[in-house]
Amino acid sequence: MSTQTIHSEQIESETGKLGMWIFLFTELFLFGGLFLVYAVFRVKYSHDFHHAAEELNTFIGTLNTVFLLVSSMTVAMSITAIQKNQKNFAIFLISITILLAGLFMLNKYFEWSHKFQFKIYPGSEVLKNLPQGELLFFGLYYMMTGLHALHVFIGMILLSINIVKIKKGSVNQHHYLHLENSGLYWHLVDLIWIFLFPLLYLIT
Amino acid sequence: MNTSETTSHISYLEYQGKYKGILSWLLTTDHKRISLLYLYCIIFFFFVAAILGLLMRIELIAPGETIMGPQTYNGMFTIHGIIMIFVIVIPALPAIFGNFFLPILIGAKDVAFPKLNLFSWYLYVIGAIFGVLSQFIGGGSPDTGWTFYVPYSAESSTNVIYALIAAFILGFSSILTGLNFIVTMHRMRAPGMGWFRMPLFPWSLYATAWIQVLATPIIGITLLMVIAERVLRIGFFDPALGGDPVLFQHLFWIYSHPAVYIMILPGMGIVTEIFPTFSQKPVFGYTAILFSSLAIAFVGSFVWGHHMFTAGISYGSRWFFSFLTFIVAVPSAIKVFNWISTMYGGSIDLKPPLLYSICFIFLFMIGGFTGLTLGSVATDVQVHDTSFVVAHFHYIIFGGMGFAFFAGIHYWFPKMFGRMYNLTIAHIGCIIIFIGFNLLYFPQFIIGMQGMPRRYFDYLPQFQTGEVISTIGGFILFIGLIIMVYNLIYHARKGAIAPSNPWKGVTLEWQIPSPPPHDNFVEIPVIDAQPYIFSNTSDNK
Repeated sequence: MSTQTIHSEQIESETGKLGMWIFLFTELFLFGGLFLVYAVFRVKYSHDFHHAAEELNTFIGTLNTVFLLVSSMTVAMSITAIQKNQKNFAIFLISITILLAGLFMLNKYFEWSHKFQFKIYPGSEVLKNLPQGELLFFGLYYMMTGLHALHVFIGMILLSINIVKIKKGSVNQHHYLHLENSGLYWHLVDLIWIFLFPLLYLIT
Repeated sequence: MNTSETTSHISYLEYQGKYKGILSWLLTTDHKRISLLYLYCIIFFFFVAAILGLLMRIELIAPGETIMGPQTYNGMFTIHGIIMIFVIVIPALPAIFGNFFLPILIGAKDVAFPKLNLFSWYLYVIGAIFGVLSQFIGGGSPDTGWTFYVPYSAESSTNVIYALIAAFILGFSSILTGLNFIVTMHRMRAPGMGWFRMPLFPWSLYATAWIQVLATPIIGITLLMVIAERVLRIGFFDPALGGDPVLFQHLFWIYSHPAVYIMILPGMGIVTEIFPTFSQKPVFGYTAILFSSLAIAFVGSFVWGHHMFTAGISYGSRWFFSFLTFIVAVPSAIKVFNWISTMYGGSIDLKPPLLYSICFIFLFMIGGFTGLTLGSVATDVQVHDTSFVVAHFHYIIFGGMGFAFFAGIHYWFPKMFGRMYNLTIAHIGCIIIFIGFNLLYFPQFIIGMQGMPRRYFDYLPQFQTGEVISTIGGFILFIGLIIMVYNLIYHARKGAIAPSNPWKGVTLEWQIPSPPPHDNFVEIPVIDAQPYIFSNTSDNK
């Protein structure tokens, strides 16, 4: 009886994971559209792109990359922790992940408001007078990092739900599909940043 | 003979779950009930959009302004297109017949994610409401055409945003349905049902689902970019903001051409189920049909450029896209040959589903051949943006997907509602629809060749004969549709009780009572053979 329950749970969890993976494919294609636009404009205006990228603060970018990489590690660790039934440790690790995500967003906020101070935002006069390629670069910069930030935000909500679920016991040693899928989502957020970072910050 | 069997089970229509009354529908996670929710919405929106189409036909009955001005006309064809494409044609077959019959055909109790399934329906309704709202509120109905070509869609002062949001949400709903189906087919096939024992309608849904999952995000991000362009003035496509309008066309068609296969592939799947049943003969070339579905889905994803032959793309890409377009015709033709070969030597029973399927082949072939005219670069330049394109498109989408839908609803109606419609009325309806359809669209090929542009509310006097015939055809078609829908709606409640297998079909849905019980199968079936084996004609194999 009990082996059969475990068996059906396994099937359920594999089904859930397959669904999540396919969903992640769609997310990749969503960003893929932006990467495609980036590629086209980059080829067309490579000089302008180099020039515009110098405006971005590589230090903040690097710091954010570190935040996300570490957070990816902590979320992976939290899954191992829950598998070993260390509930409090898992909650601690997820909290660290959310904290790092918050720091990422804070950094992003400073970065964007710094740009806004110099009147570099979509539709501003300063931006309109820049060369066409730089205009497009900043458009892509705001769209790509903005959409990514939205994903970070959704990821934070998903992880917070996991903390509640662990406390309530609905995510536990045997049922951790929800946490695992949130983790997968979080790795996607990380992965996309890994591509955004060099394309936007490091091409100078 | 099967009445006792039917009454001994509680059907999904009478099943009492956690909730009562209307909530038992709105909060249901039963794939069969969700399918009916989609069905009712789609019938409603279909008539909204069909009436818009009819109003356009009335406007075109004479040159000059007849019943509406140019701006109203622009709004009409845009909303007609958006509702028809995004609200009806893309979701209809997967969401109605896929939802209802995919789990049954593969011997499962439900789809893999029942709650997600309900969630997609809600997304669908929200998206559809946005689409209809865009017609009525504020700045006037959008006038960009359903293709949203930039720069105009970035600058038009009408409600383009609502239409864009509608398309985005509907796209998301479509992705979730596709995702659900893929996982269902991977994980939930009945014991013994290997991939190559799966019936062909699920196979066509499998090919469709992958397009839904992989292509739809591209239109999603493209629409988001246009929204950002309008709201935040971020330049991507609008030359006034430094962008590139041809890039928009590329991104739009990267999704929207494969979307044509989202529309037609499940339709092909449905008629593939119908031909063997009404010929009482195994389907001819099971493997060929299966792989041609996958081939259409694959090659169809690389032909989008044929929408842009006159948009200023390079000679090399025109050659490339034209070549691939011709390649897509091959798997489509394989299917047509297989359907006809299935009928060959069978004991053909010309019931309404088969009649609709034969109409489907006829109309789909006209649509397909004129597609080759459009797919070759030289002739495309002549007929580009004329009513020839309109006629071709409607032959494929309405003549193809639409007739497959009618075939499917007549085929599975007894299973879905447990009642039988009136066969004579169904035959008459089919013939009227077929005549009306051809009168409506065929003249548009001719005047299109002569130079009648599409999307114009006015035209030169020399096109009037064609336009008048077309409008008359529109009315005949509409009358036929009313007869068909009346026949179905009336008999869904009042019709004679249908046996569990009225057509002598052999796939799994005919082995359970009509309407099916909540859990589909009392006992999960074990599959030990290929589908489409008819005992009385086994020598025909």
